[in-house]
Amino acid sequence: MPTIEFKGKTYEVDEDGYLINLNDWNEDVAGFLAEQEEVEMTPAHWEVVNFLRDYYAEYKIAPMIKILVKAIGAKLGPEKGNTKYLYQLYPAGPAKQACKIAGLPKPTGCV
Amino acid sequence: MAKVKFEVPELTGEIAIPGLKEDAAAAVKSHNAPAKDMTDLGFPTELVPDWKEKAVAKFAELLKKYRSLKVFMDICVKCGACTDKCHFYLGTKDPRNMPVARAELLRKVYRRYFTTAGKVLGKLAEAEDLTREVMEEWYTYFYQCTECRRCSLFCPYGIDTAEITMAAREIMDTVGLGAKYPLQTINKAITIGNNLGMPGPAIRSTLDFMEEDVKEQTGVPVKFPMDVKGADVLLITPSADFFATPHVESLAGYAKVFHQAGISWTLSSYASEAGNFGMFNGNYEHMRKIAGRIKVAINELKPKRLIHGECGHAWRVAYSFWNTLIGPFDSLDPKYPAPQHICEFTYDLINRGALKLDKTANDDFVVTFHDSCNVARASRMGNSPGGQFEIPRAIIRATCNKFVDMHPDTIREKTFCCGAGGGLLADEIIDLRIKGVMPRMQAYKAVKDSHGANFFALICAICKAQFTKVFPYYGYEMEEVGGVHQLVSRAIVLGGKEGI
Ligand code: SF4
Ligand code: SF4
Ligand code: SF4
Repeated sequence: MPTIEFKGKTYEVDEDGYLINLNDWNEDVAGFLAEQEEVEMTPAHWEVVNFLRDYYAEYKIAPMIKILVKAIGAKLGPEKGNTKYLYQLYPAGPAKQACKIAGLPKPTGCV
Repeated sequence: MAKVKFEVPELTGEIAIPGLKEDAAAAVKSHNAPAKDMTDLGFPTELVPDWKEKAVAKFAELLKKYRSLKVFMDICVKCGACTDKCHFYLGTKDPRNMPVARAELLRKVYRRYFTTAGKVLGKLAEAEDLTREVMEEWYTYFYQCTECRRCSLFCPYGIDTAEITMAAREIMDTVGLGAKYPLQTINKAITIGNNLGMPGPAIRSTLDFMEEDVKEQTGVPVKFPMDVKGADVLLITPSADFFATPHVESLAGYAKVFHQAGISWTLSSYASEAGNFGMFNGNYEHMRKIAGRIKVAINELKPKRLIHGECGHAWRVAYSFWNTLIGPFDSLDPKYPAPQHICEFTYDLINRGALKLDKTANDDFVVTFHDSCNVARASRMGNSPGGQFEIPRAIIRATCNKFVDMHPDTIREKTFCCGAGGGLLADEIIDLRIKGVMPRMQAYKAVKDSHGANFFALICAICKAQFTKVFPYYGYEMEEVGGVHQLVSRAIVLGGKEGI
């Protein structure tokens, strides 16, 4: 199993760098994962991450993109409630890249 | 691993046959499957010590079980007709992605262990021992085939390389060499009920959201029912329809069609997946387990009809294998085909004048249609030959004013694959996916230039995911990708006359 090292601690990750253990996550680790993804975390980025984590805690899977889009629109203003804006925040894809930073497993299937 | 830059083929609108580049794709490899998935699926977690004997034994078993496989091993005359027909060869230039060369990887081992000449003469008879290197080659190149069957269309003997790929993967799985993306997906479908691993409450939350969303957009309370006993229709659709964009827009389309037709319908939280990746790895037992959930849902919900959503390989499984896997469908109403494709269903309603469609709702679009391989070359729709080509196009034409077909050599039975079917929709092989989609992108570019095409209509969940991912690499907007029922969803006039 691959691992990453951060501040003297070792974390188990899968082949694509997603944390294996949900509980390993904290904001520090998220910052480190974001850095690796070359994503600079702003308050808007954190909104996405927090929403993903809350949704996951309830449903055991990340939300559908459309749900995320609407939630972000409601939080940050309607002009930001669109897929384009989410891709601006997370260029490699809001589902996969944001989930990685949020410490959630990678959503896979026909998506 | 953030911003890896890939070499993206240049778009010229022409599909050129490339010069050979030995080993160009040799480094592209799917991740190995995690031990947990291998164990759950009944495979060893790593290469077993006696892998060679086991592999040859499994090969022997498959040759016995599938006479076609033995025939395909024997009859190739190396005429070369298939060489330039594979999108992966055209895109990667790697000669081992020529269908005949791909099949040869298995064939040379076949000769060595199963033909007299090969046993005696070895290399002179183009036979080769099954070594660790050969096995590595198998793993690389049999996971660079989307099992799209385009090559078989051009082979004078009808040799189906897809079947050869399935057999090779089955042999590798048995000795402990499995690929992560397809096997993990199979495991989730068997244990949770869908490829995404979405629990029932998560699906319900999505459907509630969609009910609200459609109500907001249209003012009409369109329902997205789940687990409703006694509904007329049980809809089996890819779980991506509950999660991804643009997939979910087609789900909205199905719901609006049912609403407007006044036909009660339901999804099932237990059988929440149309896709069946068991086919990709040639494993009948996995196919049966995945499809088995649908049987349970039929028994529980007691629908009269079974309708299938937009998904290519899944329709092949439904059309060709469901009856053997989970049939006969005695409890369903014999008046209707079982299963029936959502396109057949919508097409029938359109023909009977039961749906009102406002084409101007899609006036922003010049639409073209990508035939999904598994629908085009491995199944059918409707009652007449070629229905799988005509029916989706007829629906599109009924929903928009501007439709244009891509070059005839790239559509209908000659369609080029999206480059990610067959269990290859994995992130780690994105480079291969970008190259494999090249022929399709050239054909799209040509109708963009000539007709201003800007909507790429699909009936396959994998195609939708692949094209939204690769379009931006080629400089196109992912919003240009959508479903056929997305067009229906935009054009359908709700309210007014209800029922048929
Ligand atoms: S089945 Fe498709 S991907 Fe596989 S070798 Fe033939 S053309 Fe290529
Ligand atoms: S077209 Fe058929 S016979 Fe000819 S080389 Fe290809 S697989 Fe062999
Ligand atoms: S994903 Fe779509 S285009 Fe690709 S092989 Fe399957 S049906 Fe064909």
